[in-house]
Amino acid sequence: MSSEEIDRQWTTRLRRKVAGKLPPEKLLPDTQPSYVASWIYVFGVATLAALGVVIGTGCILALRGPQWWHGSSYGHFVNSLHLWSVEVFMFSMVIHLWGKFAMAAWRGGRMLTWMTGVVLFLASVATCFTGYAIQSNFDSQWITTQAKDGINATGAGAYFNVLNFGQMLMWHIVLMPLVLVLITGMHILLVRAKGVVPPFEDDLVPAAKITRVSE
Amino acid sequence: MTTKKFRPDVDAPEWKGGHTPYDILKEGTIALAIVLALVIVLAVVFGSPDEKAITLKAWSTADPVDFATTAFSELNGTSTTASYGAPYNHNGPSQQIGPLQLEKWVGVRIPLNTATDFVINPLKALPNEPALDADLVHYQSASSSTRARWFNAYAKGATNMKYRHGTVVVNATGAGPVPVMINDLTTMARSGALDQDLVGGNDFFTTDYTESLLFLSDGQYLANVATEQHLAGDQWGMMNETGNYPGQAWLWLYAFWYQVAPFNNSGNGDALVWGVMMLLSLILLFVPFIPGLRSIPRRLRIYRLIWREHYRDSGGA
Repeated sequence: MSSEEIDRQWTTRLRRKVAGKLPPEKLLPDTQPSYVASWIYVFGVATLAALGVVIGTGCILALRGPQWWHGSSYGHFVNSLHLWSVEVFMFSMVIHLWGKFAMAAWRGGRMLTWMTGVVLFLASVATCFTGYAIQSNFDSQWITTQAKDGINATGAGAYFNVLNFGQMLMWHIVLMPLVLVLITGMHILLVRAKGVVPPFEDDLVPAAKITRVSE
Repeated sequence: MTTKKFRPDVDAPEWKGGHTPYDILKEGTIALAIVLALVIVLAVVFGSPDEKAITLKAWSTADPVDFATTAFSELNGTSTTASYGAPYNHNGPSQQIGPLQLEKWVGVRIPLNTATDFVINPLKALPNEPALDADLVHYQSASSSTRARWFNAYAKGATNMKYRHGTVVVNATGAGPVPVMINDLTTMARSGALDQDLVGGNDFFTTDYTESLLFLSDGQYLANVATEQHLAGDQWGMMNETGNYPGQAWLWLYAFWYQVAPFNNSGNGDALVWGVMMLLSLILLFVPFIPGLRSIPRRLRIYRLIWREHYRDSGGA
């Protein structure tokens, strides 16, 4: 096989593209720009850490099945861990989101990073909702019977039946986590590839307002 | 190499300043440890709520009059579910946003006939009830005008419905088999058999609680308990949890629209709220491309607080 033939292979081309966009020093950096020095940056990694705890506690609940936590004090404790990790996850994510908005973090070709972040937030809201729907207690009875009207009004209720426990369980533990993990992975890779957005050029530095953008 | 005007809300200057050491794996590990510790403390101190689900048995035992009244509304087609429209039946108007009738266009995908599915079929499943079976045959063979007459007679008497000595008492002369049907369904519910019938009506294995939940939500009992738990819509219930636990606080904006006109008094309220939320979500998604909106961060200048050290060190403050 000639080297030209190897160069044309999909695998070769993909490897080179990935290596070009995400060299090891970008994927696992050992330095960061000095402007990355604010409490706000904590919430990005906190969101990720909380997602890890959410998935871990969710996996323990999955091991014993959806009814386990009602009759076991250990199960109830794991459910409490799951609930509070979700609260920390959503709190951190919202702060992270508004922090990134305040930084206009889409600048410098980071639009897709912003958009994957917003999709992650919306997907997280949907995932949380399906979690509340499958508690199999009074709360889930009330939440599902109320939420059905909103979802039915969009037409989606015909296919996404919140009153169907089995369907909501599958969405919560299979489909939505898959979506969340995939988009989270994409979001992180985009952050690593593009880097953290630099500060705005200050008003007091007018010369910097005109710059060259090479294509 | 081309030169174009720098757009401060779209372009970012190339960073030519210094760098500081950064151990990404160490940061991630520390963050995980701190979050895990925080979650454990919160779980130990506060726990999590678990209010027992309300069964049809519990409902009909605690409030048999409400149950029987609801059962009658399922039979005569006046309950919320019976007159809902799509996706359950064709008996109600669908919600719409302007000309968009999404609910109606999708159609009836979860077909339900509350009289048949919630009342008649469960009663048919009761064994060794020859008198009831005869009443059901009588009911099903009656004309719609005859049934309407029975319904009217029962509805008049039902305003003073009582539950005494295990029987639904309604002074409803001329209501045909309706009083027996409603009483027997109430007795069936109080025994727990209706819970099983509505859930397992289609198969041995099932995870679909659509029928039970719709029946339950047609009554007042569930709503009364929810109001006591501050979960009603006008109590911003969407964000709340049973007890004093935080709920889905991130739904605050969604819950907000239900508190204000025209959303809180429109027959299309749900569709309108969803329409607004979808629009706002799309705006948030596409903020980087919307002139004016994407300038808000630069004009708010909160970034100067975030990067205060940078601006202080660069002398730009």
